[in-house]
Amino acid sequence: MTELQVKEATVGYPTSQGAASGVGGAEYRQFVSFTVGQEEYAVDIMQVREIKGWTEVTVLPNQPPYMRGVLNLRGLIVPIIDLRCRFGQTRTEATASHVVVIVALGDRIVGVLVDMVSDILTVNTQDIRAVPDMESRDIQDFLVGIVSANERMVAILAIERLTNTRALTDAAAASVAA
Amino acid sequence: MSKRILAVDDSKTMRDMVSFTLKGAGFEVLEAHDGQHALTVLGDEKVNLVITDVNMPNMDGLSLVRAVRSHPVHRSTPVLVLTTEGDAAKKSEGREAGATGWIVKPFAPEKLLQVVQKVCV
Amino acid sequence: MDDFEQFKSTFFAECSELLADLENDLELLQGEFYDKETLNSIFRAVHSIKAGAGAFQFKALVKFSHAFEALLDLLRNDEIPVVEAVVTVLFHASDVLAQMIELARDGQEPESGYGAETLAELDAIRFTARPADAAASANAASPDAALSNGEDAPDGMTTFLIKFLPRAEMFQHANEPLLLVREMAQLGQLSATPSLDRLPDLDTIDPEQAYLSWDFVLKAACSIQDVEEVFEFVVDDAELTIEIEKSEAPAAIEVTEESALPAGVESKNADTRSGRPAQVSSIRVDLDRIDRLVNMVGELVITQSMLSQQTNDMPEERFVPVVRGLEELALHTRELQESVMAIRMQPVKSVFARMPRLVRELATQLSKKVRLEISGENTEVDKTVVEEISDPITHMIRNSLDHGLETPEERIAAGKPEEGVITLSAEHRSGRILIVIRDDGKGINREVVLRKARERGIVAPEQNLSNEEIDNLIFAAGFSTADAVTDVSGRGVGMDVVKRNVQSLGGRINIQSTPGAGTSFTMMLPLTLAVMDGMIVAVGGEKYVLPITAIVECLRPQREALSRLPNGLELVQVRGEYIPLVYLCRAFRLNGGIQNPSEGLVVLVDSDRFGRIGIVVDELLGQQQVVIKSLEANYDPVPGLSGATILGNGRVAAILDVEGLCEDSGTDLGSAASIQGASRAHEVATSQNETREASQ
Repeated sequence: MTELQVKEATVGYPTSQGAASGVGGAEYRQFVSFTVGQEEYAVDIMQVREIKGWTEVTVLPNQPPYMRGVLNLRGLIVPIIDLRCRFGQTRTEATASHVVVIVALGDRIVGVLVDMVSDILTVNTQDIRAVPDMESRDIQDFLVGIVSANERMVAILAIERLTNTRALTDAAAASVAA
Repeated sequence: MSKRILAVDDSKTMRDMVSFTLKGAGFEVLEAHDGQHALTVLGDEKVNLVITDVNMPNMDGLSLVRAVRSHPVHRSTPVLVLTTEGDAAKKSEGREAGATGWIVKPFAPEKLLQVVQKVCV
Repeated sequence: MDDFEQFKSTFFAECSELLADLENDLELLQGEFYDKETLNSIFRAVHSIKAGAGAFQFKALVKFSHAFEALLDLLRNDEIPVVEAVVTVLFHASDVLAQMIELARDGQEPESGYGAETLAELDAIRFTARPADAAASANAASPDAALSNGEDAPDGMTTFLIKFLPRAEMFQHANEPLLLVREMAQLGQLSATPSLDRLPDLDTIDPEQAYLSWDFVLKAACSIQDVEEVFEFVVDDAELTIEIEKSEAPAAIEVTEESALPAGVESKNADTRSGRPAQVSSIRVDLDRIDRLVNMVGELVITQSMLSQQTNDMPEERFVPVVRGLEELALHTRELQESVMAIRMQPVKSVFARMPRLVRELATQLSKKVRLEISGENTEVDKTVVEEISDPITHMIRNSLDHGLETPEERIAAGKPEEGVITLSAEHRSGRILIVIRDDGKGINREVVLRKARERGIVAPEQNLSNEEIDNLIFAAGFSTADAVTDVSGRGVGMDVVKRNVQSLGGRINIQSTPGAGTSFTMMLPLTLAVMDGMIVAVGGEKYVLPITAIVECLRPQREALSRLPNGLELVQVRGEYIPLVYLCRAFRLNGGIQNPSEGLVVLVDSDRFGRIGIVVDELLGQQQVVIKSLEANYDPVPGLSGATILGNGRVAAILDVEGLCEDSGTDLGSAASIQGASRAHEVATSQNETREASQ
């Protein structure tokens, strides 16, 4: 991964959030990719604040199942989302080898619990394809696009939709009903 | 060496704006919040220009101009007085006191720089 | 002028300060405790606002502050006497000014005609004293007219003939002819012929004199005004003629003699400088920076307490230097924290300063005579608290004036001085701030209060209450003593809301009243909202923080003291009082947690809506000072929690919000109302006793 990072970095594509244009009109963006089970997901590298190992979190009252609780990130109180659970599967059996990707959304910060970080990808935005119709709308709603990298399919996450308030309340209501 | 200007105003907003404009044009800017403070800041330092507000506590702008004019080191330092629109009396009082010129508030950045060019050696 | 956008926030911050100063100074004017400097200071405040407003092109604000400033200028120059009628207008004007600034801050323009009346009042006073200003003001409507006397030569080149003979004064004013030449050269093609006629022999030369003069020929595509502008600053210090070649009617200005200007400015300024208070040297710092500092120190405190915990288990004799070092660290950390918190401390003056005005206006409205006495206005509290005390104080003063004080006739009949007195004081008391509002009015009419409380079902018909309990009923929810809701106190907020707000700040409020002699409100608040003394409680493996101020007592009830109502509400009997129980583990749907209070603990707290409540927890883990953090920065608000903190082990712990917890507990606390009816009055009386103890 480190090697790859260096290699990509030497290409020197600007990676500002507004997706700066590169040579010949092509726009390049960099993504951090990570895995949950067999699936691979990615978020824009500009959104990633840091990546840290799983530590115990503090459970908040009546939190939705996919919320693991909050942790202390150098004085900031950061909520942690279990991505596996968010996608309708069981809760992750989190261990010290699991990874939390800390992501900034505007001035809000959230952590996403995943299995492991796999790669840093440099992607031509023209190669990002629309999300195909899936059986599970749950998942589809949380994605902004699909890209293939090194013969793997990587789904790009819309982090903001993972946490939007309505989703929180809906999920909370659902959990109460259940 | 860049030219050095002392901006004197009790309003931080005004100081900030003057300072921002001048720094943008490559001047070095010192700040003071009233006349007395200005004299302290001046000390025996070489300053190319003083820009001062008129209405300030402790020592107003006109008193500052007089103090500068009778100062052994700074007596030939240009002093611009910030006045408000149409205040002709203030301009002549400023001249009486020994001011080099004046700038009418509010000012556009270009206007400020233009006036500064006019008096800053 | 978009470059200046970034200074808007500075400007508005400055405006708030200027408005507070203005208000303060106007008070002095009103009370006739003013000197020359007060008038100057008022003038400067409005002047600064105007100047800033001009820079950001808040047109309505400029226009209004200009009229305001013009009048103030006449006042400070003794051209208009400071009389009550004028001061009243100044107050109105300061209101309008504040309103306009607020609108500007929100990016709005005031409705057309807003403040027009006040503007007219300002002008009326000014123009009466100075009719000439009225004419000038009328002319000002077309300022361009004054400029159109010279011909514009936009395309064609004009040749200007300029004679320039500087006098020594020009050098004394530090003007430099070279710069003027340079400036003209920028306008167009310039040729200069210096005249050395006046130059004396070298040995008689006086370096401070002016000997040179010039004839310039300037060919430029500009107007004569542009050329005149070059000489703007020196026109009084030189002989200058500017002519346009080949023009039959040469527009020229010629200035030869320095006009004799009225002197006497100096002596006036000397006057204003005397008797000025010594200046405190200070710097202005962005609040964000301080908050960041406070946060970092909070982190440091947490790290330090974490380290201390770790060393508790160390064999001390083997690690003497480490343990000593950590003790030092703890000491320094605490001092650092106190110093940092002190940065945000502000005197309550800014709030107190608004009160004289409120009292004056209300007194007029109610036809009462009253004097407000203020003390302790320099008492300091955290900025966050200053912002929060304004409303409660305003409300209590309103209450005192409306309900407490009698009319002059009533007072005379009661053998009291015609003028009532309200005192407002602040002081530090055992690490908190104590604010007292006292009036010498008629005191609480307990008969009326009790009758009202019975009518509203707040007190059971047969129930007997002590005087103190009756007095405290005015804080009960839904209570208002005014027979007819008056314009003054009927603004939709009752004393119950005041009490709730004070409690939400971690404070307490009480009342003491003596019939015929007056009433006093006592408000006790924490000095800061950034740190708090908390009790750490454990429930089902999770830790929560309960604000110490909310806790009345903790107990482990006997099994016999527990009972259950038919609707499932569980109660605990404490000294004959039945108190409903809220299970934290149930309210928060936690796994685990002790289900039998006699095996765990009951923490008694006072809630405003439901009276005394017992919160069932597993155990108490101890008391500690915690740094209050917002949960909502990154998460949605959670009912029952008011925030979070970070414990010594680095873990987050939620801070409980008693009020929210009760409302959201899923327990039908309302059904306890009948039982609570009795305990409510008891509750207020008890809390009062506690505060009194605390304040002794």
